[in-house]
Amino acid sequence: MLAKTSLAAVLLIGLCVAGAPAQDLEILHVQNNVYAIFGAGGNVTVQVGPEGPVIVDSGSAGRSQDIMDAVATLSDRPIRGIVNTHVHADHVDGNEIISTAAGFASGGTTGAGRRDATIYAHENLLLRMSGAVGDDEPAPVGMWPGNTYFNDVKELFVNGEAIQILHTPRAHTDGDSIVFFRRSDVIAAGGVYSNTGFPVIDVPRGGTVDGLIAALNTILDIVIPAPTQERGTMVVPGHGRIADEHDVLEYRDMLVIVRDRVQAMIDRGMTLAEIRDANPTFEYDSRYGSDTGFWTTADFVEAVHASLVQDP
Amino acid sequence: MTDRGKRRAWGAPLLLLAWAAPAAAQSDLTGVYGARYSEDFAERIPGPALADFLGLPMNDAARQWALGWDPARYTLPEHQCQVHTVAYIYRGPLQLRIWEERDPASQELIAIKQYISTYEQERTIWMDGREHPSPNAPHTWMGFSTGEWNGPTLTVTTTHIKQGWHRRNGFPSGDRVTLREHFFRHGDYLTHVGIVDDPDYLSEPLIKTNNFVLTTNASGNWLWPCEYVVEVDGWAQGDVPHYLPGENPFVEEFARRHGLPLEATMGGPDTMYPEFMETVRDARED
Repeated sequence: MLAKTSLAAVLLIGLCVAGAPAQDLEILHVQNNVYAIFGAGGNVTVQVGPEGPVIVDSGSAGRSQDIMDAVATLSDRPIRGIVNTHVHADHVDGNEIISTAAGFASGGTTGAGRRDATIYAHENLLLRMSGAVGDDEPAPVGMWPGNTYFNDVKELFVNGEAIQILHTPRAHTDGDSIVFFRRSDVIAAGGVYSNTGFPVIDVPRGGTVDGLIAALNTILDIVIPAPTQERGTMVVPGHGRIADEHDVLEYRDMLVIVRDRVQAMIDRGMTLAEIRDANPTFEYDSRYGSDTGFWTTADFVEAVHASLVQDP
Repeated sequence: MTDRGKRRAWGAPLLLLAWAAPAAAQSDLTGVYGARYSEDFAERIPGPALADFLGLPMNDAARQWALGWDPARYTLPEHQCQVHTVAYIYRGPLQLRIWEERDPASQELIAIKQYISTYEQERTIWMDGREHPSPNAPHTWMGFSTGEWNGPTLTVTTTHIKQGWHRRNGFPSGDRVTLREHFFRHGDYLTHVGIVDDPDYLSEPLIKTNNFVLTTNASGNWLWPCEYVVEVDGWAQGDVPHYLPGENPFVEEFARRHGLPLEATMGGPDTMYPEFMETVRDARED
C-alpha cells in the first residue's frame, strides 16, 4: 500500500530527528522498504533498514540539507550509501555534502572511525565526472563515486535485501544505472525513464535512442505486475510520478514508434529539418512535448535523428 | 414534564429530522446488477470496426495515434491482459456488484465499493471527504474516486487513471483523464453516466450512458483470469506493431463498407451533432 507521508507527520518527526524538511519536498511510500522524495531535482529513492538508508541519486545543488532532513524522517540511521544513476547535475550534485555529512561508524580493514557514505556508480559516470572523458569540467573530487563497476551489474545486500545495480549501455548517457531493490520489488529507473516529457537522450554524453529503448526493455523484463496487471513491481522514474509496468510499457511503445518513424524518414533521404517539419511526435506532443525549456520536442527529435545517423 | 423538558422533547426530533433529511434523499445503490447492451450494441459486444471513429470527439492527435495503431500490439505479453480503464469499463460486458463500507460505530458512509467482473476490478469511491492523492502518486486502472450525493444521484470524480482507450480500435485515452460520473436508480434499473475530459486526446468531453438491471441471480461469471503468454514467436525484444503514417491499409475499409465519406468515419466533434448529416449527404451527392 502506497501511502503519502503527511506533512504534519513529516514535520513532527523531522523536528525530533533533524531539521524540518523543506515544504516543497514530498515523500511518498512506494512499497515495503522503499520511499521516494520529490522536488529536490531528480527524484531521490530511499531504501530504509537497520544498516542505514541507501539513497538513489542525491538531488540538485542546494537541496542536500533538504534531502537529508527528508531522509531523517524515514530513518534515524546515517545514510549508508548513494547510488548515482547518471551524471546529470540534478541527480549527483548532492553527492559530496550528503556523503560526508552522513557516513557511519566503521572498523576492520578500513580502520576504526567514521566513514563517509559510499557513492556507487558505473565507471563511465566517474570518467565523465572526473573529466577523463568528454568535454565537461571535472567535478570536485568529493562528488566522485568511490565504488564503481565496469561490467553489466553490481550486486549489494543491504538492509536485508539484495540490490542489483544494472548498467544500461548508451541509453540516457553512457554511464546509466538502474537500481532494483529485489525484496521491496522496486526499481529506481534514474535517467532512462521519466514520465514528465520526451526522454532526454544526451547524445554528446553517449546517449542513444536504441540504448534507451533497450534500457526500457530491461525494466520491462524485470517488472512483474500483480494480478489485474497493475502494481507488482513499482518503478520510481528519474522525474515524474511513481509508475508500474503499464506506464513504462506505453512510454517504450511511444519511443519505438517515434524511432521507427524517424528511421523511415532518414531512409527516404529526408533531412533533419524535413523530419522536424513532418512532426513525427505529433500525437505525443500534448502529453510529453515542449516548445520551451531545456529539452524541447525539437531537441528530442534532433537527438533521435543524431543517434540514428551517428557511427555505431 | 417541565417546560424546559417539553422544549427538549420537541427539539430532539426536529434535530434528528434535520440531520436525517439529506440521508433520506440518498439512494441505496447496493446489489448485484447485470448490464444491458442495447445502447451502442455494435461497439460494445461485437466490437468496433477498425478506423470507425464516427460520432466521437477525438482530436487530431488521437486520430494519428489511432491510425498508427496495429491490433497486433495486443499480442505483446505486456499488453495482453491490459484492463479497460474506469472511463471505459462500464461499456464492456460485465456484472457489477455494489456494496457499502460504513463506520461500525456511527454507520457513516465511508466508501461505496464496486466489483466489476471484467478483469476482476475492485473499485472504491470514497465518501468521507478525503482529498485526491498527490500528482506523484501512481495511476491505476480504476483511478482514485471521490463521491458525493446530489439528492438521490451519486456523483463521482475520478483522477489518477492509467493510459488506456476510449474505444477498442486504437482511439487512445491519456493518463491525464478526469472522469465525472452520475449513478442513479429508477426502481430496479441503475443508470450510469460517464463524462470524460481528456486534455490529450479529446476535443470535447466524451459522454456515454450505460444501463444495468438489479438481479437476484448472483451467479454467473464473476472471474476474468488472464495469464499472458508469448503468442508470436520470432519477434525481437521490444518490437511494437504499428503503422507508419499513411501506411495503415484499413483506413478506408469501414467507410467503403457503409458508403460513408471518409471524413465522417475519421470522427471529431463535428461528427457528433445532427448537422453533420448535411455534410454526409453533400459528400454522397458529390
